[in-house]
Amino acid sequence: MRTRSFYLIGVAALALCALTTDGFAQGNNVAAPANNAAAAAPAPENAAATPPENSAATAEQPANDTSVPAQPAPSGEAGASSGLPPPALPMKHVKWSFEGPFGMYDRAALQRGFQVYKEVCSVCHSLKRVAFRNLGDPGGPGFSVAQVKAIAAGFKVPAEPDDQGRTYDDSGLRITRPGTPADYFPGPYENEKAARAANNSALPPDQSVIIKAREGGPDYVYSLLTGFNMPMPATMHMAPTMNYNPYFTGQQIAMAPPLSEGIVTYADGTKATVDQMAHDVATFLTWAADPKMEERKQLGFGVMIFMLMLSGLLYLSYRKVWHGEH
Amino acid sequence: MAGASTYKPGSGFTRWLDTRLPLLRLVNDTLTTYPTPRNLNIWYTFGGVLTFMLVVQIVTGVVLAMHYTPNAEHAFDSVEHIMRDVNYGWLLRYLHSNGGSFFFLAVYIHMFRGLYYGSYNAPREVLWILGVIIYMLMMLTAFLGYTLPWGQMSFWAATVITNLFSAIPLVGDSIVSWLWGGFAVDNATLQRFFSLHYLLPFVIFGVVILHIWALHVPGNNNPLGISVKGPQDTLPFHPYYTVKDSFYLALFVVVYLAFVFYAPDYMGHPDNYTPANPLVTPPHIVPEWYFLPFYAILRSIPDKLIGVIALFGSIGTLFFVPWLDTSSVRSCRFRPLMKQFFWILVVDSVLLGYIGSQRPDAVWHLSGVDLPLVWLGRLGTLYYFAHFWIITPIVGLVETPKKLPDSIAKPVLAAAE
Repeated sequence: MRTRSFYLIGVAALALCALTTDGFAQGNNVAAPANNAAAAAPAPENAAATPPENSAATAEQPANDTSVPAQPAPSGEAGASSGLPPPALPMKHVKWSFEGPFGMYDRAALQRGFQVYKEVCSVCHSLKRVAFRNLGDPGGPGFSVAQVKAIAAGFKVPAEPDDQGRTYDDSGLRITRPGTPADYFPGPYENEKAARAANNSALPPDQSVIIKAREGGPDYVYSLLTGFNMPMPATMHMAPTMNYNPYFTGQQIAMAPPLSEGIVTYADGTKATVDQMAHDVATFLTWAADPKMEERKQLGFGVMIFMLMLSGLLYLSYRKVWHGEH
Repeated sequence: MAGASTYKPGSGFTRWLDTRLPLLRLVNDTLTTYPTPRNLNIWYTFGGVLTFMLVVQIVTGVVLAMHYTPNAEHAFDSVEHIMRDVNYGWLLRYLHSNGGSFFFLAVYIHMFRGLYYGSYNAPREVLWILGVIIYMLMMLTAFLGYTLPWGQMSFWAATVITNLFSAIPLVGDSIVSWLWGGFAVDNATLQRFFSLHYLLPFVIFGVVILHIWALHVPGNNNPLGISVKGPQDTLPFHPYYTVKDSFYLALFVVVYLAFVFYAPDYMGHPDNYTPANPLVTPPHIVPEWYFLPFYAILRSIPDKLIGVIALFGSIGTLFFVPWLDTSSVRSCRFRPLMKQFFWILVVDSVLLGYIGSQRPDAVWHLSGVDLPLVWLGRLGTLYYFAHFWIITPIVGLVETPKKLPDSIAKPVLAAAE
């Protein structure tokens, strides 16, 4: 009996050691570079593979479109349907590099997606929970320290009060200074009222956790961004200043089509189609919402291996202790 | 604890301590020599799982509280701060949020196991009642905890649930204002919910000690439902059940961690990643999955007050189960009729859970016939109460149980031969 207890205690002690040393160390130091390389390798493949798929999806869509919104609302919602807008189309499902237990972010897509956010989305949408320093964090777009500094300096952030305590200059404008890596992305508007005033009283939502805050996450954002300029059913009554988008609840959205072919010029030479940009910026926003995903999956892999080994050892102990007693 | 203590202090110090504070004797008698029926199966390992989950929730919760800010202006931001800037903050938070779900998964298995094997019957009524009290405290704690991230679902779940009390005649509105600390769910509500969310797990811990105490006086029930006749029927808790519980706990933890690392937001609701906004009501307010059957019961009754009474009655019913069961036999293994009703109750609970997850006006189309789910929910609610208040007493009287084995040791050893 005594030897058995020692055996058990030994297993537990081993387990603890493994957890505190190997598990964590491997998760962070050893596995990370390997995964970075792995993520970088399939990147061009991904970029090349997605657009044809996507364009196929968009090509198909109009055919389905006209029929779906024209259908009456399912009687499940019939009770209140008189005032209810038509339901949104089921979103498109596309391939993402970060899917599955081993899926990691495609660095090139993150960098391109950042460019789309910076040059297009940031005109109306804030990203207030992301700091410039995050752009250089492990598991992110992978910008160098110098690149992060340069990116930050390219943004004007609200300046701290000057020696006279002023934050507004003589002409009533907010005093700004160039950003530093420690600063967070500045929003395009000073407050919600200003944002609504500039957008026909609609509020462009903050993008920091938008992927987690929407059913379907990246698929939803991708569908929405590629869902403009589709043939509108004749039965659709559009409110003034609204835009038809069948993937949005109610099928009309205040946001004007943000992407058009060639609106950005990618530094890596990738062709800036609407599909490509939508895919890239959805990848970037997924990272913005879940910046620790790579760390989580890497640590998880080590922990799962460890737990399965521990379970195996416990099973053997269980069999040995119970031998003859069943 | 189920027999005289067999503890013998081995050294001078432990002899000295034993006559002053017999702490080691308590540990020895409850965790080592405690005589346990030798035939406990996998479903009996969930008590250990639950103890483990309670400790996980308390430890992760205490650390999260070091980084969380219980203020309506800052709560959402502080949770994002934990996710982004606190070392392993994402891990702590996902362990805690998924830990709640897995805590409830384990408690439901534990409770259905108790129902199946008749573990609530004499002499274990107090043990069962303490269990129901723990379950109610868990529900309260989980509800309070869900409001803390101050997302849209946090805010609106808090609004819907606290508003239930407004159904009480005359004093309802005053009670709701008192709960809120104002005239709406706001900062005062969040701060008191945080305080209580931190307090209640320790209350649960105290009741768990009573629960284990009440277990160790009569000793464990077992799958045969017959009483222990002598030492040949039992094994010492250690090492037999320490190793068995550890093995099944490890398997449980594998599944739990698979969610933490690979689908951490699966059990959550996307709306809770949108900061609370009193001016925007989400189109579909749903509670966490473990409350869905009760949500279905609440919504199945058009009158608010009666709905609230049914909601609390469905949980309160559990207190009476030891006296509603009229059978002379505990375990459903020997109760051919009750066994079937048990599984119908399981299906009914899952069905109610499904209905609770759907919109209140959802409809099933079955070959041209429209079946509003609210009606299915009404049938399910009726059946739930009928199971405990009508079926359980009647079946106990009319059913002919199968022949019980003579002792635990006999069939166990016979099977091994």
